[in-house]
Amino acid sequence: MANYDDIPTLKENIDRATVDSVRSLDVDKYKYGFETIIESDMAPKGLSEDTVRFISAKKNEPQWMLDWRLEAYARFLTLSEPTWAKVHYPAIDLQDMYYYAAPKSTPAPTSLDEVDPALLAMYDKLGIPLREREILAGVERPNVAVDAVMDSVSVVTTFREELSKVGIIFCSISEAIREYPEMIQKYLASVVPVSDNYYATLNSAVFTDGSFVYIPKGVRCPMELSTYFRINEKKTGQFERTLIIAEADSYVSYLEGCTAPMRDESQLHAAVVELVAMDNAEIKYSTVQNWYPGDKDGKGGIYNFVTKRGDCRGANSKISWTQVETGSAITWKYPSCILRGDGSRGEFYSIAISNGRQQVDSGTKMIHLGKNTSSRIIAKGIAAGFSDNTYRGQVSAHAKATNARNFTQCDSLLIGDKCGAHTVPYIESRNGTAVFEHEATTSKISDDQMFYCQQRGLSEEDAVALIVNGFVRDVLQHLPMEFMVETQKLIAISLEGSVG
Amino acid sequence: MTTPILEIRNLHARIEDREILKGVNLIIPAGEVHAIMGRNGSGKSTLSYVLAGKDDYEVTEGEILLNGESILEMEPNERAAAGVFLAFQYPIEIPGVATMTFLKAAMNAQRKARGEAELLTPEFMRLVKEAGTQLQVDTAMLKRPLNVGFSGGEKKRAEIMQMALLKPALCVLDETDSGLDIDALQVVSKGVNALRSDSRSMLVITHYQRLLNHIVPDVVHVFSDGRIVESGDKDLALQLEAKGYADFDGAAA
Ligand SMILES: Nc1ncnc2c1ncn2[C@@H]1O[C@H](COP(=O)(O)OP(=O)(O)OP(=O)(O)O)[C@@H](O)[C@H]1O
Ligand SMILES: [Mg+2]
Repeated sequence: MANYDDIPTLKENIDRATVDSVRSLDVDKYKYGFETIIESDMAPKGLSEDTVRFISAKKNEPQWMLDWRLEAYARFLTLSEPTWAKVHYPAIDLQDMYYYAAPKSTPAPTSLDEVDPALLAMYDKLGIPLREREILAGVERPNVAVDAVMDSVSVVTTFREELSKVGIIFCSISEAIREYPEMIQKYLASVVPVSDNYYATLNSAVFTDGSFVYIPKGVRCPMELSTYFRINEKKTGQFERTLIIAEADSYVSYLEGCTAPMRDESQLHAAVVELVAMDNAEIKYSTVQNWYPGDKDGKGGIYNFVTKRGDCRGANSKISWTQVETGSAITWKYPSCILRGDGSRGEFYSIAISNGRQQVDSGTKMIHLGKNTSSRIIAKGIAAGFSDNTYRGQVSAHAKATNARNFTQCDSLLIGDKCGAHTVPYIESRNGTAVFEHEATTSKISDDQMFYCQQRGLSEEDAVALIVNGFVRDVLQHLPMEFMVETQKLIAISLEGSVG
Repeated sequence: MTTPILEIRNLHARIEDREILKGVNLIIPAGEVHAIMGRNGSGKSTLSYVLAGKDDYEVTEGEILLNGESILEMEPNERAAAGVFLAFQYPIEIPGVATMTFLKAAMNAQRKARGEAELLTPEFMRLVKEAGTQLQVDTAMLKRPLNVGFSGGEKKRAEIMQMALLKPALCVLDETDSGLDIDALQVVSKGVNALRSDSRSMLVITHYQRLLNHIVPDVVHVFSDGRIVESGDKDLALQLEAKGYADFDGAAA
């Protein structure tokens, strides 16, 4: 850890400057750069070979990519939905969905007055500028789109130029398929095979966009890469695909997501993220997930079924996942590491908060294949309201994984007595020298703690936020600085209304 | 006559179905320090909790006035912002929350509730340093989670430090002397005495006359079976020390 502490302040400056300018933009100024999505741009409803062909054509993909997708689709037809996770939801009808530029199922709000007041209150507390709130809430206004903002920011171009000077590629996956086909052919699905699981296979057939990052040998990426700044970010929609490759001796830190809650018309989200780290390379991947969790009864919330996996392919490589999960009606997500290279290391730091009717089933897998591989898991689950929060983790050592080491710490905090927290660890060792340690605790915020805090002047909500932030401190410190403060605020807001 | 900081009138309170406070009457004028002594289980801590507004207790009769205003309908945090501070007999551990973080959160919450501006970090640090030096709470301790793994004496010093920073109108000290060694007793007493002022009142609950040599009270009350049964000057404490509580049992019955 501490690797990004010594990244030059350049990163700080650029990030701050970029955030500021993106935020201060007057979107109307960019209306001419805005591509209107016209009616004919919509794929036919439902999932079929035609849908797959349509998407591929829209993206101007080469034949090999279309073939790849069609193969995935054929495979998908043989699979059925997994049922092992502790989540419950009405059956999803894949034929009743759009896979490209979905039309609004309900008329889009035409002003913020029509948006869920709870969502607005949250924007207010996060201090999000008015115009940005409209975009996030999906308010329909002529000639305004978040894409326009992103595409037209000259600072983003500067940012990209900065990166290309050191040979880093950071672009959309669609662009990469056209511009860097040999890399895509070599690495796509090399970590998450097409047939990996139901959602990953579906994603392979119909993914619409995502990020591509390539860090050449020996290069330390001079700034945090963030989806927030990614150029050409079209509405990536339900099926995002991300691929990050770190060549030998390189380093990159990637941030995904945003603390602002995003509303999206499409209920099902099934992203795939693949990371590849070669010898001595290090990838840090941080996520703040705050999709719309639905109203107080859980209606309208997003189902988030994600497959994220990192391959520590090279010796002494390192992949670390840090995630803050506060949104979505349902989260099904297990960022994992395959510790293939000798001496490689995997880390998973997670904060999963559930409130209201949210259901979270999340955790990680650490697959030790190489010698002297090590992994560390720190998972903090916080359940409030009527929510259900499950940690599901697997640690395994292959027969050749001599001296594999794992440490797992899994803590749950319950707020109130209508929620549930569960820990489901799977441990599997085929090598006698492996040492796996697992610690788990479940605690509640006690009435005495609440009274003590209140006696010192904190309101119930402030007290819960303070105690929860204390509870997740070990994980918070692994987040990049600029995310940390926002995340603390987000935690407080996510738990509002959880007491009293 | 000016309004006393604290006035308790015929206070009755119960927990679950058991009545613990059975008609407490007490007036503490501004600037005065009153001591309460009484047998184990007589209801002293209960009185302090009821003053601070702990949920578990139900006030069935009577009134509590702070600066002439009833506080019975106020939440504990509102009472705190209005100036009630309770130094706990058993301070509660708050895992993961650095003492420093907690102090800042508490001070700013109270300031906010009173419509004052939040403290800026340099000013906060200056105040913490000052209070820390006086109560011998070092920086290493301030970085540790509040009360977690603190020794008995450290917990009590941390309580008084919070009191010094929050500058309450009414300080309620519940057995602050228990668990303190001789030197720590001096340090804590000095800290408490430094806070004595014309605009502040204190209620000091203790079992030992010794504390009252350091924090000299204006009035001493004897508490028995949920009410005050005798009041006097500081010599009453000496008398109790010599003879015990037997003389006062059933005195008010
Ligand atoms: N939850 C409860 N249910 C029933 N009785 C309780 C409860 N909590 C406290 N009590 C009782 O209330 C009485 C008063 O307790 P309190 O703690 O106020 O005494 P105290 O005077 O502070 O004693 P000490 O000197 O030992 O600190 C005791 O008999 C105690 O057992
Ligand atoms: Mg007591």
